[in-house]
Amino acid sequence: MRLSPDELIFWQYGFIKLDATIVYTWGLMLVMAIGSKTITSKLSTGLERSRWQNILEIIVTGILEQTEDVGLDHPKKYLGFLGTLFLFIGIANLLIIIPGYEPPTGSLSTTAALALCVFVAVPLFGIEEQGVGNYLKTYTEPTIIMLPFNIISEISRTLALAIRLFGNIMSGSMIVAILLTITPFIFPDLMIALGLLVGMVQAYIFSVLATVYIAAATREHKHKPKQEQKKAEQE
Amino acid sequence: MALDTYTTTIAVASIATSGITIAIGVIAPAIGEGRSIATALSSMAQQPDASATITRTLFVGLAMIESLAIYCFVVSMILIFANPFWSRALT
Repeated sequence: MRLSPDELIFWQYGFIKLDATIVYTWGLMLVMAIGSKTITSKLSTGLERSRWQNILEIIVTGILEQTEDVGLDHPKKYLGFLGTLFLFIGIANLLIIIPGYEPPTGSLSTTAALALCVFVAVPLFGIEEQGVGNYLKTYTEPTIIMLPFNIISEISRTLALAIRLFGNIMSGSMIVAILLTITPFIFPDLMIALGLLVGMVQAYIFSVLATVYIAAATREHKHKPKQEQKKAEQE
Repeated sequence: MALDTYTTTIAVASIATSGITIAIGVIAPAIGEGRSIATALSSMAQQPDASATITRTLFVGLAMIESLAIYCFVVSMILIFANPFWSRALT
């Protein structure tokens, strides 16, 4: 039994390995890039649209709405990053309906790479929005004593992002593999159906958490006194 | 003989520990998820208008709680399939 698609190696030359994770990730990248290129090459603004354009519009406006609901002020600026995360994880998890496919998100290297992207992007967006000094000052809030804890939380939430996605997807394929040896016909299919739901929920949660982290990093200080004033007025 | 007892001890210890890990580690997340779903359902029954926001927050919260159980699962899987002491005992 394999713990992750890393252990399924297609081709090896010295220390260079082509394992299932890399191959399926490249396949996904190809499918996504070619698909979006062909769809967006013939966009129309009239009433007659292709069904693919409608699907893309639903996805993009949905992501924009969700991002704004969570608390980001200018969602279009972050659409590229958050939308890519959501679409990549979502499509990687949904393709388990294809026999022989193993989701690359079931490997800790893929999820760690995605979590590291969030880990790097959050301070970058924060610095871009507030400037270096103001951003670094948010680590010493509410007091300077909290500085090490804020740094620890930054690292531990990245770890949690990676392990959450990896664990959920890995446990899904592991349960299917175990059930195949016990009750081979119907129950694995049911668990794969559950895996589709879990995969979409995990993609949603990964991008929502990234949105929340970016929103927390880019929030300006001006909002805070206003909220406190409102609270004081209400009291 | 000595090697045999070592590996048997390691195998028994890691299998028993992984079982205990998943068994105990699942209790708290199960209670937490049950409580959060019950509260979300009752608040959705009281205010159906806010169900979209409640559902979204519920899903995110459930994933955060569930990840605790997933950590236990990952640790038990590591103990069984990728035990670091196993290869050291064999060499």
